[in-house]
Amino acid sequence: MSSQPVLVADGVAKSFGPVQVLFGVDFDVRPGEVHALVGENGAGKSTLMKILAGYQPPSAGTIRVDGEPVHLSGSGPAEALGIVLIHQEFNLAEHLTVEENISLGREIRRGFFLDKPAMRERARAALAELNCPVDPDARIRDLSVSERQMVEIAKAVSRSVRVLIMDEPTAVLTGAETEVLFRLIRRLTAQGVGVVYISHKLDEVKAISDRITVLRDGRRIGTHPAELLGHDDIAQLMVGRPMSDLFPPKEPPPPDAPVVLEVEGLSVPGWVRDASFQLRRGEILGFAGLVGAGRTELMEGLMGLRHRSAGAIRRDGQPLRVRTVADAAKAGIAYLTEDRKGKGLLVGKGLRPNLTLLALERYGRVFIDERKEAMALDRAIEEFDIRLKSPDALVGSLSGGNQQKLLLAKTMQVAPQILIVDEPTRGIDIGTKQQIYRFLHDLARRGASIIVISSEMPEIIGLSHRVVVMRSGAVTGTLSGDDIVEAEIVRYATGLKGLKGISHDPVLHA
Amino acid sequence: MTQSSMPELARKPSAGFDLKLWGPFLALAGLIVLGTLVNPVFLSPANLANVLTRTAFTGIIAVGATFVITTGGIDLSVGSLAAFTAGVMIVVMNALVGPMGAGWPVVLVGMLVAVGLGLVAGLVNGLLVTKGRIEAFIVTLGTMGIFRSLVTYLADGGTLSLNSGMRAVYRPVYYGGLFGIPTPVWVFAAVALIGAVILYRTRFGRYCAAIGSNDEVARYSAIDVDRVRLLAFVLQGLCVAIAVVLYVPRLGSASATTGVLWELEAIAAVIIGGTMLKGGHGRIWGTVVGAVMLTLIDNILNLTGAISVYLNGAIQGAIIIVAVLLQRGTASKR
Ligand SMILES: Nc1ncnc2c1ncn2[C@@H]1O[C@H](COP(=O)(O)OP(=O)(O)OP(=O)(O)O)[C@@H](O)[C@H]1O
Ligand SMILES: [Mg+2]
Repeated sequence: MSSQPVLVADGVAKSFGPVQVLFGVDFDVRPGEVHALVGENGAGKSTLMKILAGYQPPSAGTIRVDGEPVHLSGSGPAEALGIVLIHQEFNLAEHLTVEENISLGREIRRGFFLDKPAMRERARAALAELNCPVDPDARIRDLSVSERQMVEIAKAVSRSVRVLIMDEPTAVLTGAETEVLFRLIRRLTAQGVGVVYISHKLDEVKAISDRITVLRDGRRIGTHPAELLGHDDIAQLMVGRPMSDLFPPKEPPPPDAPVVLEVEGLSVPGWVRDASFQLRRGEILGFAGLVGAGRTELMEGLMGLRHRSAGAIRRDGQPLRVRTVADAAKAGIAYLTEDRKGKGLLVGKGLRPNLTLLALERYGRVFIDERKEAMALDRAIEEFDIRLKSPDALVGSLSGGNQQKLLLAKTMQVAPQILIVDEPTRGIDIGTKQQIYRFLHDLARRGASIIVISSEMPEIIGLSHRVVVMRSGAVTGTLSGDDIVEAEIVRYATGLKGLKGISHDPVLHA
Repeated sequence: MTQSSMPELARKPSAGFDLKLWGPFLALAGLIVLGTLVNPVFLSPANLANVLTRTAFTGIIAVGATFVITTGGIDLSVGSLAAFTAGVMIVVMNALVGPMGAGWPVVLVGMLVAVGLGLVAGLVNGLLVTKGRIEAFIVTLGTMGIFRSLVTYLADGGTLSLNSGMRAVYRPVYYGGLFGIPTPVWVFAAVALIGAVILYRTRFGRYCAAIGSNDEVARYSAIDVDRVRLLAFVLQGLCVAIAVVLYVPRLGSASATTGVLWELEAIAAVIIGGTMLKGGHGRIWGTVVGAVMLTLIDNILNLTGAISVYLNGAIQGAIIIVAVLLQRGTASKR
């Protein structure tokens, strides 16, 4: 492609106080192309994009639009030039409706008053383009994370864009939703829109992009045509060393391993109906299904975070009462939420109080032993390879992937024998993913039991000893051994196999 | 690969100067300098003791308010509760003078009644907020009206006066002291110290801040959110009771106008001190400084003739607004 770039970053550097996170980075976007930006957690991808979209000023370097240097003092001027950023972390007003969010800041007025019908029409059109079944009147706080992401995208494309920057848009989307998004991206590029695409899912990056730029530790390592790089090449460029197998070889527990957790007939009103499963000692049990299948709600029900209308829980064969997370923790069960920012971490606080919050009683009955806390933090930083530029950074200033590692470290503070992880590698780079897979694998080998909920099929297939598939709130099948393949999982997840419609007598595939 | 392990990590907050953190203390130092310039009498021990003694009531209440506000709540009922508690305390002591005679036992019973009442009132506020799922603002707006009306009813629209024999016995609690420092100042210092230890060093304090930052994260972190919120209100009630125990011997009376606007003074002290009104960050020593500053302004205006004392409210108001402007700097940097 030889067309003039629309948007150019020329030697952009960025420092936050004394720490420099970007070093003279060059980057450009041409009309009609998809330019992927990849790199490890904390490499500076989001920071670079915030600078391009006017959210932050560069410390040095210039931004050019159509060859002209511009000073973008805020996102307003950038959007006026057609540069729109979809943030990695959600940027929606929680208490407003979908429709209000889509028009936020660009309200259509008739005379003195808001033109509600016109704004409604705009919202409907934008959502329809994404095949997104969300009600425009729904409040954002009532939506699931993937629905929120779709609303973000709808909001962005309902403006007149020339450059659309997407910071990990598919981290929370499922396969089907990703397909819709890709169709949209192709339609936009056909109209001449330049797209910047950030993702840790390297298959997607290969599939959608024309060029790929790799960033490492705030420096540009190179820009290559996508067809010249294989999946492994990208991974290697990102981490700066050759990558071995992503998943450690599976070591399923012996078939007579004791059942440590048994859930029978658990129902969560509106979400889960009559779900049963068993978990063995040393086992990694995958939970697959489409978004909305009720996997998260089932686990939250199990943890006492949601109201259960029915169901029995047995731990080591003994009936267990779980009314709160504290009860679960006492029984050695811990849950890592999929909603990192909303339910997982206090973004306005430092790392230390975040790390110990779940297990604070281990740091003193009444008074907190801060020395012990600090030591625990040192250990967690080491063990989970959390990278931070300044020791008293607020959690909100960590890159998304490093926040996720901190969340995992926090969950491990209670030393659970049963660990439930919900989208454990969301927003995590490939090198770290490998570390986390190894961590989970070793944990199971040492006798802990793990439940993995994931929308990433390779993760489910690569990690799990058995896979439970759910569809619209019900368990439709359990797969093990060689049956754990994508096609089979999809059949159960979409209703081609297993339970059909409403059944009051679900078959147990245990 | 850059700094994957940091051995000396965050034992202490960094040495960098934080204006938001030290702002209240600087402002206090400025006021003291100003006061000295205005009138040398300002620095006399008698005047300082007077300022601190008068700060004690709202200061102690403000320490409690720091907890409630840190959890993201608010308590508007403290002024009325103080009046009501004072009223009940006086009625009870007057009734006991007959059978028990004027002496310390009666004072002790009165104090116990005050503390009990404070705890119960805090419990009621807290239960309505947590179990009743009503906003703290609404709940305490309601109880504020109820307590105020109850004390007015108790005093029959007039003033409740403590039996004169009892006054003589009870007097030293306000007017006495130790090492030249009045009792209320000692109590204020003790309450602040205990409050600081609880907020900064205990699990309960950490939980208060966590809940104020994001109560969902707190819930997912195995924190009993309702219980912590409830306890914060109970603590507030206890602080009000302690303030009342010190206040009653001062005038020996209670009426419908006792403790009027104390809730606002307490909240103002908390905010000036750097605690965020939306919760999540509490500063006990900031609160103490905020409370002292509010009294100092009044005191300085009294000592100078230049500005009318009637402008006191305006200056206090301006200081509150400046404090919040400073805070917004921190909040938006998140
Ligand atoms: N506001 C801020 N204050 C201080 N440091 C910051 C701030 N924002 C980002 N950083 C630091 O800059 C570095 C780059 O962060 P950035 O979010 O751009 O990474 P990223 O490449 O997007 O990573 P991820 O894949 O995890 O999203 C990180 O080390 C982060 O801690
Ligand atoms: Mg990022």
